[in-house]
Formats: sequence, C-alpha cells, structure tokens
Amino acid sequence: MTAAAILEIRDISKSFGAIKALTEVDFTLQRGEIHALCGENGAGKSTLMNIIAGIVQPDDGTIRLEGRDVTIASPSVAQRLGIGLVHQEIALCQDATVAENILMAAINNRRAPLMSFRRLYADAQKIMDLLAPIPVETPVADLSISNQQLVEIAKALTLECRVLMLDEPTAALTETEAQRLFAIVRDLKARGISIVYISHRMAEIFSLCDRVTVFRDGRYVATDFIASVTPKEVVRKMVGREITQLYPQKLSPERRTGRPVLSVGNLSYREGPDGISFTLGAGEILGIGGLIGAGRSEMVQTVCGLRPKVSGSVELNGKPVSIRTYSDAVRAGLVYLSEDRKASGLFLDLSVASNISALDLRKLTTPLGLLDRRAEAKQASDLVERHGVRMGGIETQVSTLSGGNQQKVAIARLLSVGPKVVILDEPTRGVDVGAKVEIHRLLRDLAEQGVGVIVISSELPELIGLSDRVLVIREGAIVGELGADELTEEAIMLLASGVRQQRSNARHVQNVA
Amino acid sequence: MDAEIKASAPGLGWRNWLRLGSMREAGLIAIMLALCIAMTFASPHFLTWGNFRAMLMSFSIEGIVVVGMTILLIVGGIDLSVGSVVCFSMVVSGALFLMGLDPWTASLIGIGASALVGATMGFFVTVIGLNHFITSLAAMVIVRGLCLVITKGTPLSLFTLPPGFKAIGQGSFGNVPYVIVIFVVVVAIFDFLLRRATAFRKVFYTGSNEKAAQFSGIKTKQVKFWVTVLCSTLAGFAGVIYMSRFGAATPTFGAGMELNIIAAAVIGGASLNGGSGTIFGAILGMALLSVVTSSLILLDVSVYWQDMIKGCILLAAVSIDHFLHRRKS
Repeated sequence: MTAAAILEIRDISKSFGAIKALTEVDFTLQRGEIHALCGENGAGKSTLMNIIAGIVQPDDGTIRLEGRDVTIASPSVAQRLGIGLVHQEIALCQDATVAENILMAAINNRRAPLMSFRRLYADAQKIMDLLAPIPVETPVADLSISNQQLVEIAKALTLECRVLMLDEPTAALTETEAQRLFAIVRDLKARGISIVYISHRMAEIFSLCDRVTVFRDGRYVATDFIASVTPKEVVRKMVGREITQLYPQKLSPERRTGRPVLSVGNLSYREGPDGISFTLGAGEILGIGGLIGAGRSEMVQTVCGLRPKVSGSVELNGKPVSIRTYSDAVRAGLVYLSEDRKASGLFLDLSVASNISALDLRKLTTPLGLLDRRAEAKQASDLVERHGVRMGGIETQVSTLSGGNQQKVAIARLLSVGPKVVILDEPTRGVDVGAKVEIHRLLRDLAEQGVGVIVISSELPELIGLSDRVLVIREGAIVGELGADELTEEAIMLLASGVRQQRSNARHVQNVA
Repeated sequence: MDAEIKASAPGLGWRNWLRLGSMREAGLIAIMLALCIAMTFASPHFLTWGNFRAMLMSFSIEGIVVVGMTILLIVGGIDLSVGSVVCFSMVVSGALFLMGLDPWTASLIGIGASALVGATMGFFVTVIGLNHFITSLAAMVIVRGLCLVITKGTPLSLFTLPPGFKAIGQGSFGNVPYVIVIFVVVVAIFDFLLRRATAFRKVFYTGSNEKAAQFSGIKTKQVKFWVTVLCSTLAGFAGVIYMSRFGAATPTFGAGMELNIIAAAVIGGASLNGGSGTIFGAILGMALLSVVTSSLILLDVSVYWQDMIKGCILLAAVSIDHFLHRRKS
C-alpha cells in the first residue's frame, strides 16, 4: 500500500495562537487516485492543504513525497516539488494576463532581469492547452468566472505537476461548467496526476473520487474506498453524530391551504422578459431553479424593489402593495437575503447584534434619535437563541464566525422585522453540512409558522430536498413548474437548459421571451 | 466585451490589451493637441520655443517625483509626504553645504536622508502594518517640521554654490536645459523597467492582488517596502535638482506638491486601488496639467481660478475612467 503512495502525511499538528487547527493528522495519497477530503468548515482541510502547498508551516509531523522526507518551506518549493493547490476563492491578479498569472511563481524565481514575454506566452499556452483553449495573452479580468477557475487550475499545474489539490473548485461554477471541470479532472488523473479533492457536495465526491478521508475538529477520522461507503456514512463521520434526515419533512398535500401569501402579476424589468407571474402559498417553500445567470436573482430582486421594475403588481396576503425601493418591501414584510454574504450580506467587522438590527433601526431608536442598545441586545439574543447560532455572544464580531453561523446571523436579521415572505438567494452556499441541515430546518419551521419562503439554489439536491414546488427560470422567464412529486434533477435540468419547455399552467407561464 | 475579445484573432489578444491600455494615453494626447491648437489661435505667445521650454522646465523636476509616485500607486500605496521630502532633501543638502561640505557629497547625503524617510515609512507600512495613507500623512507633517527645525524657519541662501553644481539646474545643451535631459532619461529608464523588468512585474502583481502574489511566493512586503523607498529617493533626487536650479532652500517649498503629483498619475491612468498605471501616462497627465496652467496664465486667468479648473480636470478624468471601466465589466 505504502509503495504506491505519492504523498504521506504523518502526525501533522498546527496551532494558530490558542486555536488548534490540526492535531496529529494522517493522510495518504496514492499515485493516480482522486482522493476526496471532507469535513465541516473548521475541520482543518484548508489548513492541511496550505501546509502541503508551503503557505503555512506545520508545528510538528512529517511530510513524505515519493518516499522521501521533504520540508515545504514556501509556495515556490511546493511548485518545484510538483505540488499545486487551487484555492477555494479565485485569487488571480485581474490586471495581469493569463500567462503571467499561470507562471507567476516562475517569474518570481527568474534570475534574468528582463521579462521575455514571447517565451512566457509560449510556456503558459502549453499548460493552458491541457485544460481549455483560452488565449494566454488575455487579461484575466476579461474572462468569465469559470474560465478564471480554469486559470487557477492551470496555475497549479506546472508541467511537472504530480500532486494537484482542488479546494471546493465547483463552488462558483454552474452545473454545466462543473461537468466540464470533472471531465478535466478525470483526464488529469488519466495522465497520472494524483488529486486531492475538497468538496461539500456528496454527489460530486461519489461520482468523481476513488477514496474519501474525513476530518473532524482538526483530527483524522477515517479513510474509505468510495465503493464501500454511502454518502450518509460520510456525513455521519463528518458531523460526528447521526443525521437521520438530510432534509426536513415536506408539507403534506392536505395541509397546503392554497391561500397565497404573495402573488406577483405581470412583472417585468429592464432587459428582462415581460409578464412574469407566480404565487407563493402560505406555509410553502417555493424553490427557484435554473442555471447561473438565468435571471433568477434579477427576478426576485425586482419583486423586492432592489431593481427598478417596468411593470407588474405585487400582492401580499391578497392586498396590493406598492414597492419601489427595498425599504418599501421591508415595511410591507418582504425580505431578501443576497447570495453574496460577504460582499452584500453582512457587515463583517461589526458585531452579531449590530448586524441583526441593521434592517430596521427605527424600531430600536429612542424618541431622541439614539440607538437603544438594550433593545438591540435583547432582539439579537432572542433571535440568536431561537435559531441556534453557536458563538461567543451577541457582541462577537461576525467575521470570526464560521460560514454557517454567519449565514444564520444574516437570516436572523431578516427575521428581526417579522416578515411575511422571506426570499433567500443561495442560502447554503459555502456552508458546511451541519449548518446546512439547521438552516433547512429553520426554513421549514418558518414555513410552518405561515411565512412564505422562496429559495433560489444552484444545488439541485437541495432544491429537490427542500422545496414543495419549484419554478424553473431560463433567460429570465419562468419556463416550468414542478410539484413535489415531479422533482428530479433531470426534470429541472431539462427545463433549465431549454431542452424541454413546459407550458402546463398558463397562469404561471404567460410570456416566454 | 468577452465576446469581442474572443472574436478577434487568437494570439492578437495582447495587442488588443495594449490598445485598451493605450486608449487612455491616446485620449490624453488628443485632448492636449486640441488644447494646444486652440491656444495657438488664442495667444501668439503659446506656440513659441520659449513657452514650451518654460512648460517643460516647470514639469520636468516634478515629473521625476511623478515617476516614483506612479510606481507606488501601482503597488497599491500612496505617498502624501513627497512635497515635504523634496524640501527635506534641499534643506539637508543646503545646510550641509553651508557647513562646508562640497555640494556633491551634500546632495548625496540629502538623497540618502530622503531614502531613509522612505525606509521609515516602509517599516511602518510593512512591519507595523499601518496603511500608506496615514503613514505618509504623518511623515508629511513630521518631515516638514524637520525642515523648519533645520533652517530655523528662514530660507537658506545658497548663492555660493559652485557653477559646476548650479549647471545641473540652470545650464543647458545648446537650447535644451540639462533638467529636461535628466527628466527624459529618468522617465525613459523607469518606463522601460516598468514594462520589461522582472522585478517591476512583481510590483504590478502585488498591487493587483497581494494574496495571489504571496501564493506565488512573491515577498510582497519587501516589494512594498522597496517601492516606498524608491518613491522617497526620487523625491530626494528632485529636491537636489531644485536646489541647484534655485540656488536656495526654502523650508516651505513643495507644500501641496503631492496633490499635483497624485493628480497627474491618476489622470494618466494609475489606479488608486493598485495594479495599473504607466509612467508614460502619468507624464502625459503631468503635461496636460502643465499645458492647462500655462494656457490659463497666458489667457490672464486669475491664480485663484486656476486651482479650481485643475481640480475639475482631475474630477473629469477620474469620472471618465470610472465610466469606461464600468462599461468594460
């Protein structure tokens, strides 16, 4: 077994200040395998990757590469050893060309005082051609996100790359782009490159990988052949307890009242299709599916007054409301959670309490125009308690929380105004399995309390597991509606990609652009 | 935009990019030409060698400071202390000369002292972790104070400087002043280095995305430190030339210069967010400001109006840039 190992990690420990990120972990990568590394956020996966890539140094333990002990003192050493890491978040110099980004480490190590752009382009193109025909003289800023992701991979793939580590490479990709990436990863494997694959998505891991190693709380838990475990077992090892049900129980058909909480009629926005109409029933979770860029966010943002609408009416509980700006929507009881938690969702530098109160400060303002800090604290602790955000306290700075808990804070903020309808855009992106289950349960609870819930998700299993009904969007328009018993990945994809067009319900699908 | 780039022949991408990059420069040249043509009709004094020489002289020495500032902006920094450092270099060299040192050695020490100011700022930025803005704001005030301390607040009269030294600032090759020659040489060297030298590519990478640069093994703190030192050193060099030109060292000289310098670099396309900018563009920015100033003087516009107009030009340039960028993405 060890004879075929290309990379062996033994007893690696690493602390950051008082926090122990890794405790004596082991990890063995066989030659030519795709090895999944799983664990909740904070389990230590990224720390281990950073150690192998030379970005951080371990406190203790050994790394053996092809049977020899190695010290990986810096990213350039890692690259020389043939180890490449693709980071979770795209970290490219947007102003520089693809070629410069791919060969940046080589440029850094160059002795020659002057650049040789001709050779640089030729060398970079050789690497890029292994993946996709992207011209390397293009500045990165002009590429789509998925092509930027490919540049990240190309960057990790020096010509002598032997070990490639991918940290959640599909997080920002659409379904089709992800499929293309998998083909590339399989191709790299066929070329004899050994791959470490980090992902939260069980479906990906089980279709792509040969073995899976699970970490929990900075410790090694187990390594299994994919063929001999089930996704449920892997998840159980990750969270350390049995998760009996990944998704909460759906609404039974008899309990669907049909009373609409929200009805949108004949909505249109600039550069969008005409006449979008749909309704959301009380107690229902309505999923919105479609490819990234299909106009899902645009549609709900228009409903919430975050985008100017050209025409259309919005009714809440049967009463028409006029929504011109987002604050109109909030006042009417319609709230929206942005898909980009870091950029437009949360104030990372502020405390949990301040984040929660941001949506409706007026409620917490004394007649003198000052903020009632006691009321703010009370509101925050009530909401936090109800939604189980584990952390130091309501004064904790949000940036120190895990992704899942940050998301719960963001949701708590929406709930602070007592909404009638909650619209969430990719509510579990970058959130670990445990928190994901909690968020799903929270949404179901809300629905049962009579709040209308709309969830946009690019993750098909989530859309299917969570929704009572799904609307599929393509090119801005609603191209199909699927009830709970019709929900399959295939059905959604056929509609989303335009292979099939459904016009089952003229009330819902009026105008297909 | 994406489609446009893909549509063009593959392999020509970088030329495309160069075109995009130089659109800014071409635009500046066009504006300047238009202004010059208009001024030629408006004033008989405009299109004369005398006036052009005066304009070139006026921005040549500042132009050396602009070179350093542009590189610092590319790395994502900014230096508000350049005006003070120009003066500091003058005052230190001048004082040492008055104490009996020969002017060349005194000047070298003056430039060295400026580099030391840069190194101190670099230390606070890279080791302590302050940002460039605050650090250089403090340095601006501190160094200005030092100038006043050294001179006790009164200008140093340096009319005894030997003719050989005064020649740097006052002499000329036939019709072309040495100052202009020095300026052209400095600009040519740094423009070339910034485009081609490996070391200066790291400046772009660090400014564009520090994390990505770090992951590639680039020692970004070192890069930032040395660029900070370079900017102050070039300011010190400019100070010495000013001293030679004026034959005096005034402790209030260069106050407000930093704004002109930063404006020129930004008009020329340097981004305050780092990652982009060219020396050529920055010099064009400087030249445009200079042509405008000269025009306003020839048109007899009051000095008070001049600053306002220059400010408006800066605002217009940055707005156009912002608009172009938004269209691009």
